[in-house]
Amino acid sequence: MDPVLSVQGVTVRFGDHLALDQADLSLAANETLAVLGPSGSGKSTLLRAIAGLEPLAAGRIESLGVDLAPFPTHRRELGLMFQDATLFPHRDVLGNVMFGLIMKGEKRENSIRRAQAALELVGMEKFADRSVSDLSGGEAQRVALARALAPEPKLLMLDEPFGALDRPRREELNEELRSLCQRLPTAVLLVTHDHTEAFALGDRVMVLREGKVEQTATPTDLWRNPASPFVAEFLGWNVTHDAQGRVTAIRPDSITLTCELATDQERATVVARTFRKNHWRIRVETASQQILEVEIANSNSERTLGVDGEGLAIGQSVGVAIDPGAAISFPELPLKP
Amino acid sequence: MIVDQAPYSLRQALKTGLTVGIPVIFLLGLFVVPVVNILSRGLQVGGELDLSPVIDVIKSESLRKIIAFTFIQATISTLLTVIVGIPGAYVLYRYRFTGRGLVRALVTVPFVLPTMVVASAFLALGVKTSFGAILVAHIFFNYAVVVRTVGGLWAHLDHRTEIAAQVLGASKIKTFIHITLPALRPAILAAGAICFLFTFTSFGIILILGGPSRATLETEIYRQTAQLLDFKTAAGLSVVQLIAVTGVLLITSRLITRQNIALGLVPADRTPRVRTRQQRLLLLSNLSFMALLLGLPMATLVIRSFSTPTGFGLAYYRALGTLRADSVLFVPPVEAIKNSIVIAVISAVIAVTVGGLAAHAIIRYGQALNTALTIPLGVSAVTVGFGFLITFDTAPFNFRSSWLLLPFAHALIAIPFVVRAITPILSSIDPRLREAAKTLGANPLQVWREVDLPISARAYLVGAGFAIAISLGEFGATAFLARPDHPTLPVVIARLLSQPGELNFGAALAASSVLMVLVAGAIFAIERARVGSVGTF
Repeated sequence: MDPVLSVQGVTVRFGDHLALDQADLSLAANETLAVLGPSGSGKSTLLRAIAGLEPLAAGRIESLGVDLAPFPTHRRELGLMFQDATLFPHRDVLGNVMFGLIMKGEKRENSIRRAQAALELVGMEKFADRSVSDLSGGEAQRVALARALAPEPKLLMLDEPFGALDRPRREELNEELRSLCQRLPTAVLLVTHDHTEAFALGDRVMVLREGKVEQTATPTDLWRNPASPFVAEFLGWNVTHDAQGRVTAIRPDSITLTCELATDQERATVVARTFRKNHWRIRVETASQQILEVEIANSNSERTLGVDGEGLAIGQSVGVAIDPGAAISFPELPLKP
Repeated sequence: MIVDQAPYSLRQALKTGLTVGIPVIFLLGLFVVPVVNILSRGLQVGGELDLSPVIDVIKSESLRKIIAFTFIQATISTLLTVIVGIPGAYVLYRYRFTGRGLVRALVTVPFVLPTMVVASAFLALGVKTSFGAILVAHIFFNYAVVVRTVGGLWAHLDHRTEIAAQVLGASKIKTFIHITLPALRPAILAAGAICFLFTFTSFGIILILGGPSRATLETEIYRQTAQLLDFKTAAGLSVVQLIAVTGVLLITSRLITRQNIALGLVPADRTPRVRTRQQRLLLLSNLSFMALLLGLPMATLVIRSFSTPTGFGLAYYRALGTLRADSVLFVPPVEAIKNSIVIAVISAVIAVTVGGLAAHAIIRYGQALNTALTIPLGVSAVTVGFGFLITFDTAPFNFRSSWLLLPFAHALIAIPFVVRAITPILSSIDPRLREAAKTLGANPLQVWREVDLPISARAYLVGAGFAIAISLGEFGATAFLARPDHPTLPVVIARLLSQPGELNFGAALAASSVLMVLVAGAIFAIERARVGSVGTF
């Protein structure tokens, strides 16, 4: 079967600026793809291009083998949800969720029934006749999700869907969204700058950098084998350059700190330390003036490493040992343009 | 500016053609062509463009004096209006007190009163012709422009920036000068520009309250055109006026655009109730000022309209229903009331349609169209009126004998106000609301109907209200265009005022009072519709 969404060599220009540069992706039914990238990497432009809200400079977008070019936005039958809910202020909750069904020409009773079913999916059925201005941020996002889902689009696109919410609310909604995605036959394209969110939701994750696709892989693959120094650094790896211009990426949880210096170890000084519930994040500066971020698990740190994050003082000397299996060497590539 | 580019060029072209094309055609046909027509009468010699009348105007010492006086009176009037209007805006838009809505409505009434009515109100108060009388009448007229424009923005300023300044050690006065005033600058400039245009081209007030020795460009154009039939000098004066008005508009529009940084506006629902002694004092002094400046002339007018030689009564109002044998009118004045209402409604429909399209175009393609549509406000109504007469006198545009010319002329004047009412709301609509509607399957027309229209419906109503009020009160152009058997209320008032006799003067006052009630009704409707909306003037 043809993929629900196939993007081939899509390029979007804003004047001289290439917002998207030959982007490719393919999305099967029932699959969730998370598009990950820093702000300005072209993630939102990708969604807008697929929705038909940005003209393409080149490339082709297909759905189930059909070229979407002749279809204006309103005939593409997609669901799109923005970071802030963008609910219609002059319609109540049910009126918002019904909107897409009414635009499809659905009968009124039918629309109401299906809109209520969509509200139930997101746990908002009791809010149907509320005004949208009374909703909290999280409630508004739930309604926006119901509104996008109500017409049963083949493809649901979410642009930083819960980015404006506080952390507990965001985690709760991400949890629900994942179980929703698994239950519904809808393909989901999610855009985020938060790799935890991308890993949690995406069956596959696609990393964008300055409009170009840097890597597409499953979350575990991506975390273990970043394809470029950029991806590695974006995921929180330590990326170091040696004098020869070689680039090495080291996973932060693969570095061991010791209090006694063994002969094969490099000496380093603790620069900063942050407590992060289940681990400590320690920043050290090595004798060769490399800055390394080190994660020390909290539960067993004392036993296995002989170093406790709490016991480390800033300015203290430590030995650094790196697990060679968790370090990747890249050919001589410029890290940053 | 966010330009939302749909990839479908044909549809786009159609939309552009509609939103830009119709206002431009309207402006060309009803303003540019008539004005060029009238100007070419004076500026053409044997088919060649001849600019010597303009040079003659600048060379003539008496005309130079007139130009100077026009500028001086307009500048002083504008400055005074802005100075008294800012505290008025503060108390009416930053304080909450019982009856605020009523006061806001009453303050607006003078702005749309015909100059004839204002002048007669001042005469009824016993005011003598003088420079001071002109200034006071101009403040009376334009006070609402400053209060509503500045207040409209002030109500939506984020009060927390002022608190931040005070926490950083700025006194209340310093906070006002360094934080509030700069934030209000775009509104002050916009209001100042409108005041300047109105006072620069003010006609009735100068004519009646200025006396024969105080001529401005506008009254001089009228004298040269209508009385001396010297089209050359009139055209020269008109060109000078047109240049001055366009210059002022371009400068202020540039200043405003440059100022138009994001202000971080907030909804206007957090205005505090009046509590402290100082606040009560400020409120009271401003309300007294309004009562004195605005209330007194209007009240005098109404009271005098009931004071007949035989005591308090309705004699002057009864006179409106009959056509006396010795009358200067061709129909009973009551007919004029009906005409005025019909014309006002039609011009509101035209103004809202064209102004609504123009507002969409302005948001999409920038301010140039806005400036172009504002120029008619600053051009002599005499020039426009005469231009109409000449242009629509020849086939195939022989509409001169049709009263339908009037609503179009009125719409031309009302459109800048309609645009100003609608544009802020339209541009405050999050473009992603429209995109959300599109992705949910709404076609462009449905997007407009389901998103733009419901959100801006109030603004359209406000615009319609202003158009009705402006049409009811318009005199300058109407004086030339109204047919004697189809007059509007201001025309009837002017004719009654021009005749001697107690009954004529009384009937004029009665007609003025009726007009005031009609206008106040329109403004009350606006005020009710304005609740919660973000529109400035």
